[in-house]
Amino acid sequence: MKPLALTAFTATSCLGRGLDATRAALEEGRTGLARCTFETVILDTHVGEAPGVDAECLPAELQEFECRNNRLARLGLGQDGFDEAVRSLARRVGSQRIGVWLGTSTSGILETELAYRRRDPGSGALPDGFRYRGAHNTFSVAAFVQRALGLEGPAAVISSACSSSAKVFASAQRAIEAGLVDAAVVGGVDSLCLTTLYGFHSLQLVARTPCRPFDAGRDGLSIGEAAAFVLLERPSGQLPKNGVLLLGTGESSDAWHMSAPHPEGRGAAAAMSQALEAARLGSGDIDYINFHGTGTPSNDAAEARAVSAVLGPRVPGSSTKGATGHTLGAAGALEAVICALALRHGVMPGGVNTQTVDPALPVSYLTASRRAPLKAVMSNSFGFGGSNCSLIFATGR
Amino acid sequence: MTAALTAWVESVGVLGPGLPDWPSAAAALAGRTPYEPRPTVIPPLTSLPAAERRRTGKVVRLALTVGLEAVARAGADAAALPAVFTSSGGDGENCHEICQVLAGTERQISPTRFHNSVHNAASGYWGIATGATAASNALCAHDASFAAGLLEALVALCVDGTAVLVIAYDADYPEPMRSVRPIPDAFGVALLLTPDPRPASLARLTAGLQAAPAERLHDPQLEALRAQVPAARSLPLLRRIARAEPAAVAVDYVEEQRLMIEVSPCP
Repeated sequence: MKPLALTAFTATSCLGRGLDATRAALEEGRTGLARCTFETVILDTHVGEAPGVDAECLPAELQEFECRNNRLARLGLGQDGFDEAVRSLARRVGSQRIGVWLGTSTSGILETELAYRRRDPGSGALPDGFRYRGAHNTFSVAAFVQRALGLEGPAAVISSACSSSAKVFASAQRAIEAGLVDAAVVGGVDSLCLTTLYGFHSLQLVARTPCRPFDAGRDGLSIGEAAAFVLLERPSGQLPKNGVLLLGTGESSDAWHMSAPHPEGRGAAAAMSQALEAARLGSGDIDYINFHGTGTPSNDAAEARAVSAVLGPRVPGSSTKGATGHTLGAAGALEAVICALALRHGVMPGGVNTQTVDPALPVSYLTASRRAPLKAVMSNSFGFGGSNCSLIFATGR
Repeated sequence: MTAALTAWVESVGVLGPGLPDWPSAAAALAGRTPYEPRPTVIPPLTSLPAAERRRTGKVVRLALTVGLEAVARAGADAAALPAVFTSSGGDGENCHEICQVLAGTERQISPTRFHNSVHNAASGYWGIATGATAASNALCAHDASFAAGLLEALVALCVDGTAVLVIAYDADYPEPMRSVRPIPDAFGVALLLTPDPRPASLARLTAGLQAAPAERLHDPQLEALRAQVPAARSLPLLRRIARAEPAAVAVDYVEEQRLMIEVSPCP
C-alpha cells in the first residue's frame, strides 16, 4: 500500500489530556486506573476515567450532539493543536477533501441508559429532549467531529467493537489511495457507560484489581475511556525529523465465536501477516509490538501464539492497557498514537501492573520502558465478532 | 464530483415489507407487478449451528438472509469474500432490553445480550455461518448508512481489486425507542460487487460524491419505505438495476452530499 504521513495526532485518556501527559505516564510506568466510582455503578473493579470530561461544554451551535462521548471527543480535539492543524489543512485543500472515519463501540449510549431511568411511569415514553441522532446513534461522534472541525467530506463511523478505531486507518488509507479525499481525520472515541461495565462483568471478563496483561495470574480486563485522533495525509517531499508514517494495515475475521478469540489466534495472525505484506516488511523488521493485550486469559494466550507464529518470540512488546484500561472502540487509535510517540521519542513503553510474565506465553514482554532506536512498530486490535486489525507505523528516516 | 469508482453488480439480495426476495422486489420496482406492502417475514437461518441460531435476533437474521441470497444467486463462495456491513441502528430490540435491565436495580445483563449488542454482530455471525475469514467492516452513518457502506465497498474494490459483498440492513425499534426513531419495519439489501464484468452481471455502477437532490420513487408506498428505513435509501438504485435502463441515481449520503451513481445495464 501507499504509505501515509501522520501530520498531527493527539490522545486523551485516564493518563491525562494530550501527548505530554500520556507520554510521561507511559515512560514512568504509571497507571491511570482507579477504583470504580463511575455514575451509580456498583462493581468491584477499576476503571480508567479521563479527567475533565464532565466539565467540557459543547458550543451552543452543537448542542444537538450533547452527550458524554461527544464531550470527550471535544476535549480530545482541543489538545496538542489538533483541531487547528485540521482547520489549517482544510483551508489549503478544501473542507470537502478531508474525510472523517472514527471508531466507537457505544457512542452516546450512556444518555439512553440514563433516559430509561426517567421514562414516563404511565406511558413508558422517553423524557423530552432525548437526542436519538445526536447522542444515541452510533454515527453521532463522526457527525459531531465533522461539524466541530468544519469539514464537509465523506464521514462514517466504523463500529466493530474493540477493533473499530484501528480499522478506520485502513478505510481512510483506501479512500485516499482511491482519490476520494486528500486527507483524513481518523480516530476513536469511547466513553464509560453501564452497558460495557455490566456487560463485560456478565461475561466474567472484568478484573477486580487493575488489569495485568500477560501476567501468569491475569484475571480479566479493566475498562477505560479515550479520545484519540490522527490526521493522515499523503507524504509530501521530505518528512520532518521524527515524522511518522502509516506503512501497513491488515484486516481479517476469525469466523469462530462471537466473544472468544480463535484459540490459536488464526485471524490475528492473518491480520499481522497482511500488514507486513502491505508494508513490504519481513517479520524481522518489527522493533516493537503494542499488543491488544486485554489481560483476559484467552485473549493474551491466543495473541501470544499468533505473534510468535508471525514475528517469532523475540520481538519486544507490551500492552499499554494496564496503564489506560481497555478503551474499547478507542483502543486502536489510542494505541496507534502511543506507537507514534514510541517512534518519535525512541522509547518502548513498558506494560504496567504485570508482575510475573506468564512463562507459557511465547513473547518478549516488557515490564519497564526501554530506550531504543525504533524504525517500525506494530499495533494489534481485536474485537468481538472475531474482527481483527493490525497496523504498522514507521519513522520516515 | 469526486473521483469516479466503478464496479459491476453481479447479484442482489433483498428482504423487506412485501419484498420477499430480489426477483419479487425487481418486479415491483420495475412496475411489472403492483407493490403490496406486507409485514417483513424473516425466515429462520439454517446456515448457523443450532446453538448460535438460538442466540441471534431478527436483525442478524435479516442481514444474513439477504447476504446469503446475493451469494447464492451469483454462485459465489461466501468464505472468500470481503464484506461491508452497514446499519443505522443495529439490533434495536437487544439495545432496548439492555437499557431496560440497566434502568432497574439488579442490572444483570445476559452475556448473550451483551455480545449481541456490538454493531458488528451481523458481521460476526456471518463469519461463523459462512467461514468467511477475509476483512469485514461494520459501518454506521445514520440515514446515510446505505451510501456509506456502498462507498466503503466501492473504494475497497477499486483499491484492492477484489469482489466485495455489501449488506445494508435496518429494523424497527420497540417502544419507547420507536417513538424517537420511527422505523416501521425491517429492510435489508445485499449487493455482490465485482471489479470486472461477469457473464451474469446485472449492471455497471460508476459512483462519486456530489451535491444534488436525492431521487425519490413515484409509488407512494415504496417512497414511504425509502424515506423511513435507512437501508431502503437503496431502492432508487435497485429500481434502476431492475428496469435495466441507463440512468444516473442520487442516493442520500452525509449532510448535503449524495452518492451519484451512473447505472449502465449489462446486455
